[in-house]
Amino acid sequence: MSSSIGSGTDMAGEVGLPVSQILLVTGFCLILIGLAGIFVHRNILRIIIGFSLIDTGIHVVMVATGYVTGGTAPIIDAALDKANAATNAVDPIPSALVVTAIVIGFSVTAIMLSFAIRLYDARKTLDIDAFTESKW
Amino acid sequence: MKRVFAIIAVLMFAAIFFSVVGGYSERQTRSPLAEYYLTQVPRELGAPNVVTGILITYRGFDTLGEVAVLFMVAASVGVLLASKSGENAQVTNVTSIDESEPSELVRTGAEVILPLIFLFGAYVIMNGHLSAGGGFQGGAVVASGVMLLMLASPATQLHHGFLSVTESLAGVLYVSIGILGIVFADGFLDSHILPLGTFGTLLSAGAIPLISALLGIKVGAELSVVIDRFRH
Repeated sequence: MSSSIGSGTDMAGEVGLPVSQILLVTGFCLILIGLAGIFVHRNILRIIIGFSLIDTGIHVVMVATGYVTGGTAPIIDAALDKANAATNAVDPIPSALVVTAIVIGFSVTAIMLSFAIRLYDARKTLDIDAFTESKW
Repeated sequence: MKRVFAIIAVLMFAAIFFSVVGGYSERQTRSPLAEYYLTQVPRELGAPNVVTGILITYRGFDTLGEVAVLFMVAASVGVLLASKSGENAQVTNVTSIDESEPSELVRTGAEVILPLIFLFGAYVIMNGHLSAGGGFQGGAVVASGVMLLMLASPATQLHHGFLSVTESLAGVLYVSIGILGIVFADGFLDSHILPLGTFGTLLSAGAIPLISALLGIKVGAELSVVIDRFRH
């Protein structure tokens, strides 16, 4: 993990590191932080925060893959006229998919949080080691 | 030991991601589908915001499914948390209100900011086809306003009956507009049932602003209900 961060900053020092590359590195780092959080922490709330971080990281990666060099937002306005839309805008499909993904991520988080509340009611603790019934 | 495995797993993911980043070169061209959307959304649908055009018309059925997912989440959060509040609702309610009296700063700030938040939410919803925004984003802004309202005055009771009627009505209207699309235009959720109007004005792009508004109302009501469920 440290090597990827290091190379990212090294490359940023040079001129012209592509924006999408910076975004990709940031998104992947967020995913790794979330994964580490899920593995290391035993508190259910912290594990849920880890899932949210992974979610956000994946969204950033998806948006980054939609970037086309020199493209602007796919909205027709002063910066982008109708005739040039197909050659000057970024790919709108990942953005549209991410809107969907954010809503689904919210839904999953809400369900996880309500399960956490129910688990706390059952055992009066949020430590995941206290819930061993489904462990094998 | 567990920690070692965790570190190994994270490092393996890091290796995969590193090779992905290393092999990635920024795209220079758009896919044919992206070019189609970029030319056809402004021309055919009359909507300046290409992403909204994709979401509401080309992927309209998917958006309908997404709203259905939100509805199911609101319902299942209600089921998961309702039985609990049935057991000791009265007790926890009273104590939580006593303990968490909001500071004057929050109360006064909410009085000033709340109308602005709701206004901004409505603005984002109505301008979804013209600029960055849309039903989902605006609905989330409105729901954040509801959250601030709950923080500022914890005694506020949301009228669940009103919210669910509003939300169901918006959903029914959304599906009816979709069916009108089959009857009067080319297919389910086709936005050509209304005239395209002048490009770039508030009332243009066919049924897109209407669907956007319905989505915003539905999402705002659903998220408010979800937030309210977590309070008790």
